[in-house]
Amino acid sequence: MTRPATFVAALLFLTGAARAQLTIEIIGGGANQIPIAVLPFAGESALPQSITEIVEQDLSRSGRFRAIFVGGVGPPPTEIAQVDFPEWKSRLADALVIGQAQRLPDGRFEVRFRLLDVPKQSQIGGIAFTLTAAQTRLTAHKIADFIYEKLTGERGVFSTRIAYIVKQGPRYELRVADADGQNAQSILISPEPIMSPAWSPDGARMAYVSFQNKKPILFVQNLTASKQPAPVANYRGSNSAPAWSPDGRQLAAVLTKDGGSQIYLMNADGTNLRRITFSGGIDTEPFFTPDGQSIYFTSDRGGSPQIYRMPASGGEPVRVTFEGDYNVSPRVSPDGKMLAYISRVSGRFQLMVMDLDSKQVQTLTDGQRDESPSFAPNGRIILYATDVENRGVLAAVSSDGRFKQRLGIQAADVREPSWGPFLGN
Amino acid sequence: MKKALFSALTLALLYGCASTPVETEKPVPPAPPPVQAQPPVRPVQPPAVQIDPLKDPNSGLSKRSVFYEYDKYDIKDEYRPVLQAHGKYLAENRGKKMLVQGNCDERGSREYNIALGQRRAEGVKRMLVLMGATEAQVEPVSLGEEKPRCVDHNEGCWSQNRRSDMLYGGEY
Repeated sequence: MTRPATFVAALLFLTGAARAQLTIEIIGGGANQIPIAVLPFAGESALPQSITEIVEQDLSRSGRFRAIFVGGVGPPPTEIAQVDFPEWKSRLADALVIGQAQRLPDGRFEVRFRLLDVPKQSQIGGIAFTLTAAQTRLTAHKIADFIYEKLTGERGVFSTRIAYIVKQGPRYELRVADADGQNAQSILISPEPIMSPAWSPDGARMAYVSFQNKKPILFVQNLTASKQPAPVANYRGSNSAPAWSPDGRQLAAVLTKDGGSQIYLMNADGTNLRRITFSGGIDTEPFFTPDGQSIYFTSDRGGSPQIYRMPASGGEPVRVTFEGDYNVSPRVSPDGKMLAYISRVSGRFQLMVMDLDSKQVQTLTDGQRDESPSFAPNGRIILYATDVENRGVLAAVSSDGRFKQRLGIQAADVREPSWGPFLGN
Repeated sequence: MKKALFSALTLALLYGCASTPVETEKPVPPAPPPVQAQPPVRPVQPPAVQIDPLKDPNSGLSKRSVFYEYDKYDIKDEYRPVLQAHGKYLAENRGKKMLVQGNCDERGSREYNIALGQRRAEGVKRMLVLMGATEAQVEPVSLGEEKPRCVDHNEGCWSQNRRSDMLYGGEY
């Protein structure tokens, strides 16, 4: 756990694949994926899910790893001394994961694993977890996070959570699930639409818009308490598009109480309301930069919907997008360097990213109706909504555009994903 | 405009006929301006049949929707008579409240469509106020693209969904 830097250095030296993986984002293809073999953990069949299967899926889904076939090698090793390194070298694995699961006398389980460097034939790290059966999935995601961080130098997001809206017949649900779409739970069920879920930066609260009173009203729900949420903005007209400040103390949202859709700031409980945009047109979709200093938003003040940036305390906006006549839904990457947004190109709505330094724009998707982008907390993946055969589904694309994945959520109509923050340390 | 005037005239004529016997003593009434001079509802009042003007299919008030072009929020001339009828009704019934719900087709950002639907609803409200309603009587809100009337993914449906609906208190 204390030696990620040294291992990264070793990989850089030993494998060209890993070097490209670690530093270069634009040149692409499968060659840059780290080949990893995740061996079945001895005794894991006692657990409700296969940990190694989840770990392997997590790593593959990230686009940064390639799973090596692990069949035909006899009983899986549990200790480094038992590992046949030449065999894994011949299968072109750079990294190897071994482990075991045991039932404890109190009914809980212990899962321990080791991450091994195949070329160096050494251990990179390992952890032992004590868990209940219900924590199997979370434990697997944490193992995948550990591996991801050791081998890429960045935090993994497999144990984070996502929120999204499901429409099934006349029923709307706000759901929270693991980042892989599994383990979904309903936060809110309503016969009227629910919109715009937004995680608080500490992951403990969710802002959203509900139409339960026949118009959009803004709520904040505490995810740890089961009490009925109170509205934080229920003004005359429409209340929409909530966004959290990075310190979790303020919300930006769009109100129409003074005529026109304009952006306001308020405390997270709805108090201390003040208006920060003053245009005659539409100002909506506020999004804070990670340093909390600026707000990106969509405005049609120039005649068509375009993205602007302004000081979070209010002030003169600066136009950010110029290509095309419909650029909306700005989301800044967690490192503040990239802007994801949706652009209408020849009648299609596509996900774009802009490098905020060079202003270079890249088209990431080629869907008809891609919308609602949301960065993973490590900035590596952008989750968005798209449709397949007229049904809403979630999809993910690496922020360099090389790797795409559709999320396996079984539901009627899924939309408006919002990726939650890192939890704990 | 023309339609509303015409129906107002017809109403006035009808009611005028019904009330002529009472007024015969007056010498040659100089053709009164038909619309303002005779509030049409008052003199008839058939005891059993009370038609709510908001639901009377012959009344402009039974029409409740305004439709829009893609990405647009300007109100086409053809909807002016309807808005005039509702503005007048609200002016004559100060106790009535109205919710105007703006809607959009499914294309584009959901949150931007909330704002676009809001602008459509606000346009309707502004017109109603010009026609006699008060600010306090009419609340413009937006449903964005969240409550489509028609769910297919083509212009036939989209044109129905780009719409503002006028709902009176008790109707939503």
